[in-house]
This record gives sequence, structure tokens and C-alpha cells, in this order.
Amino acid sequence: MFSYAFRRLLGAIPTLFVIITLSFFMMRLAPGGPFDNQRNLPPEIKHNIEAAYDLDKPVWQQYFIYLGKLAHGDLGPSFKTKDFTVTELIAAGLPVTTKIGVSAIVLAVIVGLLLGTFAALRQNRWIDYSVMSGAMLGITIPTFVMAPILTLAFGVYGVSLFGLDLSLPVAGWNNGALRNMILPVIVLALPQIAYIARLTRGSMVEVLHSNYVRTARAKGLSSTMIVTRHALRAAILPLVSYLGPAVAGILTGSLVVEQLFAIPGIGRYFVQGALNRDYTLVMGVLIYYATIVILLNLLADLLYAVLDPRVRYAK
Amino acid sequence: MSVPFSQDRIADVMDRALEVKGRSLWDDALRRLIRNRAALVSMAILCLIALAAVVGPFFLAYDYSFQDYTIVSCAPDWWPDPAVLCHAGGSHWFGTDSVGRDLLVRTLFGARVSLAVGLIATLVSLVIGVSYGATAGYLGGRVDELMMRFVDVLYSIPYIFLVIILMVIFNRNFFLLFIAIGAVEWLTMARIVRGQTLSLKQKEFVEAARAGGVDSFAIITRHIIPNVFGPVIVYVTLTVPASILAESFLSFLGLGIQEPLTSWGVLIKDGADQMETAPWMLLFPATFMAITLFCFNFIGDGLRDALDPKDR
Repeated sequence: MFSYAFRRLLGAIPTLFVIITLSFFMMRLAPGGPFDNQRNLPPEIKHNIEAAYDLDKPVWQQYFIYLGKLAHGDLGPSFKTKDFTVTELIAAGLPVTTKIGVSAIVLAVIVGLLLGTFAALRQNRWIDYSVMSGAMLGITIPTFVMAPILTLAFGVYGVSLFGLDLSLPVAGWNNGALRNMILPVIVLALPQIAYIARLTRGSMVEVLHSNYVRTARAKGLSSTMIVTRHALRAAILPLVSYLGPAVAGILTGSLVVEQLFAIPGIGRYFVQGALNRDYTLVMGVLIYYATIVILLNLLADLLYAVLDPRVRYAK
Repeated sequence: MSVPFSQDRIADVMDRALEVKGRSLWDDALRRLIRNRAALVSMAILCLIALAAVVGPFFLAYDYSFQDYTIVSCAPDWWPDPAVLCHAGGSHWFGTDSVGRDLLVRTLFGARVSLAVGLIATLVSLVIGVSYGATAGYLGGRVDELMMRFVDVLYSIPYIFLVIILMVIFNRNFFLLFIAIGAVEWLTMARIVRGQTLSLKQKEFVEAARAGGVDSFAIITRHIIPNVFGPVIVYVTLTVPASILAESFLSFLGLGIQEPLTSWGVLIKDGADQMETAPWMLLFPATFMAITLFCFNFIGDGLRDALDPKDR
């Protein structure tokens, strides 16, 4: 188990290396340097600036300098946000993105599991059909359509239900106040809820038809007992391998959500950086995201082995 | 009582069997697909949308980039909410946008761009994915391992970020956008094709063909590719909406199609900015896009069921 984890961790290094190399050379391929657009600088000053950022050296040398700095966790200075390094910017946005991302995943897993299980238990009845059509809706309608619609409903028109005022702030972060988090988290979670509900229903239906569940039923166990103690354990397995893609989906979604709701997270820096051609920032965030996704895929595989004793990784 | 399997009877059955026209896998699949209501209706709707996108702008009175500053952000005449600031009048059936352009013609124009991106990007991913996957699967061994390892590496990058970076670096080039999206979408295609090829290589009918002296090229083209085609075509119908979505996502962030050209993503972005005062600007493009995505998904599901009936 540990040796497997270790091997996978070693395997992740070349992957990361390829990503870093790819992004570095793409950055250098970009037409025009980061300081080309500024006022006509005297050549001496321009030379000094380029020397300060190591841009005067040959590309291969720059590459190794970048790698060396990266090994120390230094992603370089931001080319456009003055006086900030990329690491500082990521560190500033990280807590915010993590907060909404983790909340969204937790929400998605809970709601998705519940919906999927209910749908499976009422297979081919109206609950099943409505949950599955809802899931189809959640998967097809992209975040950037869902977000404005929900904002319109709850933010602008302030829907009220049973005399309860459900109006929510349209945008802003307000230091992570709960009211400000509700809409972004729901928007982020919706597609994942849909996927998880579908996955859970599929595997649950399969598990409920399996022999050991029939045995449990024959023993006279209650339906709740069968579902919670026997079926859910097996049905949850496909969900574990979905963890990696789910996180990637949430990270992608956070680009839109942070932009729309004016939330100061990493996704917003990424989009701003992309629009401003702040190469170092964009590369830094990409490397960071790739690391997270790789690590979570690894975690998912390990978790899978823990949960499913049939999976043995020793070669 | 006659003998059940007399010589005559067998000959008779054989004769009749020859008269019956055989049905290929594809004939069967087509019949099952036609029986699938949702898929059929989806195909009809998609054809309508595509037709409207291609010929519609020629028949409409307005140009997609013509700005009329007397009717900025105006509702269509039939809009139910009387509290809107102004009505566009004329034949602006979808109202006008924030610089007074006709929204109907822009939505149809956006459909052109979005559908084109979907189709071209899918084509790119199809060409790269099938040739890459088939090569890896057919060659097998170390080459296969190396090639798929490369796919794994690319897989671990959240791909939309890669496209964003490509767009940043190459300055939002229109054609590059098509290719960039396609170049990222081929990964799954390559995996599917490679997996199929690997298992098909072991199948009896390929072995039989090989034993019969058929050469490798003919085996791939006559036996492997037609059998790979099923899963591939299902995935193609799912790649088109994924590409449309990817393009709209980029355009929504301001990194895709640039004004005055438009796509559904751009229109939805404009609509989202103005939704408090001009909700129609969000409503129409979003509805068109949602319907299109739905249709593609239904067709994909229908095709999968049609080609793989044991799954039902």
C-alpha cells in the first residue's frame, strides 16, 4: 500500500515536469515580451528591467533558472501586478477558493448521494425520472448560464417562499460571510450534484440487484439497514474515482463563479492574468492547479484501495 | 410424420434464407435509433437550428453588426413585462442588445460560430484521436505504453486552462480556437479507440482474417475500424456539445470570439451583464444553447443504446 503510494508519487513527478516544461516554453513562444507594450523605454532601462527578470539570458538558461526557483516554491514575480510575486497572489486567493470549493464538494457529495440513492430505490418511478431529468438539466446547462439565472431569481428579484425572504447578495465576498457564499457554492455544486446523482444511481441499481443484497433481504434486514450498511458501501466506489474529475470541474467552474460574483479567489487572478497577459501568474496558477488535480487523483486511487479490499496494488 | 431435417427441407430453408435480405449492424442500429423518440425529435430540432443559423441571417432585415443607437437594449414588442424602458419595434423579434443590434440575427450568427466550433473542433479531435489511438493499440507493447503515458500526462492538466493559455499566447486567433479545443478533446477519443483496438486485435474474426491471409492494412480498415466506429460515433456526438461548451466558456470569460463577431458564449456574457434591465438578452441565447446541448446529449444517448442494445 505504502510502496504503491510512493511509486505513484514518484510517477507524478515526471507528469508535473512535463506540464512545467510545456507551460514554460509556451510562455516563451508568446509573441512579444511582457514589457513591450509599455511606453518607449530608453534601451538602457529596458535592458536593466530585462536583466532583473533574467530575460536577457538564453531561453534554456532561463528555463533552468525558473526550475531552480520553482523548486524553492518561487513562481517568480507577477509581470502585471506590481510588487507582488505570483506566490503571494496565489496565497492571497487560496483560502477563498478553497473555502467555496470545499463547501461545494461537500454539498455536492451529500445531495448527490441522497438523490442518487432515492432514485435507485424508486427505480423507474416518477422520483427516479424526475431526479434523472434534473441531473440531465444540471449537466447540460453550463455554470455560466446557471449563475446569472440564479442570481436573477434570488439576487435581483429576491424570490420569497412561504413568506420567507430568500433574497441573497448578488456579488461580493464580504470576508466569506455565509450569505455571500450561498449562491456561488450552489452554482459550483450543481453540475457535480448532477454527476454524482447519476453515478450513484447507476452503481446503486447494480448493487441492489446483487446476490448479497438479496441475501440480506432474505435474512429479513430492514430496507434502511440494507441500504446504509450493505449497498451504500459498494455503491460509493465509483464516486471515489470521480473525486479527481470533480475537483477539476470545481476549479474550472470557479473561474466563472469568482468572476461573476466578484470573489477574490485564484480563479479570478487566473482570468485577470490571462486577460492582461500576465504570463508568470497564469503559468503559476496552471502549475498549481495541475499539482492539485494530480494529487487528488492519487488520493482517489489510494482511497479506492482502502475501501475496496479486492483492489490490491502490490505488483 | 416427416423427418424434421430432411435434405429437402434444409435446402428449402437455405433457399428462403438467401431470399431474405440480411441486416447489418448499422441497419439494426438505424432502426433502433428511429424508434427512439427523444433522439429523433432532437435530430429534427438540431437540423432546424442549424438551418436557421446557416440561411436565417440572409433573410433577416438586419446585419449582425449594424448598430441602431435609437433602440439600445430594447425589448421585443411582444415582451410581457410592460415596465421595460423601450420597445424595439419593427421585426426585432428578440429585441436589441446594448448597442442596438438585432438580437435575433446575432443569436443565429452566434449559432453559426458555436456550431462551427463544435463541428471543426470535433473533426480535429476525431482525426488526431483515432489515428493516435489506433496506432498505439495496434502497435502495442512499449510504444503503446509510452504513447498512452503521454495522454495520461495531458489528462492531468485541467484542459480548459491549457486552452486559455493557448488563447492568451496566440492572441485569441479565431482558427486557433477551433484547433486548440479540438487538440485538447482528442485525449478521450484516443483512449477509447486504443482500448477498442486492443480488444479487437484478440477477437476471433480478426484471427480468422489473419489466418485467411488478409494483410494488416486490410485488417485495420475492413475489420478493426468499422468495429471501432460505434463507440467513436457515440463519443463524437458528445464531443460536439463539449466543444460548443468550451468555446462558450472561453468567450464568456472574454478569451474566445471577439466583437463584432459573436457566439453564444459572448451573447450570454452580454446578457448576464444586463440581465436586470434587459433579461431577453440572456434568455434567448441561453435557451438556444441549452436546447442545442440537450439535443446532442439525447442523440448521443440514443446512438449508444442503438449501437449497444445489450445495455438496455
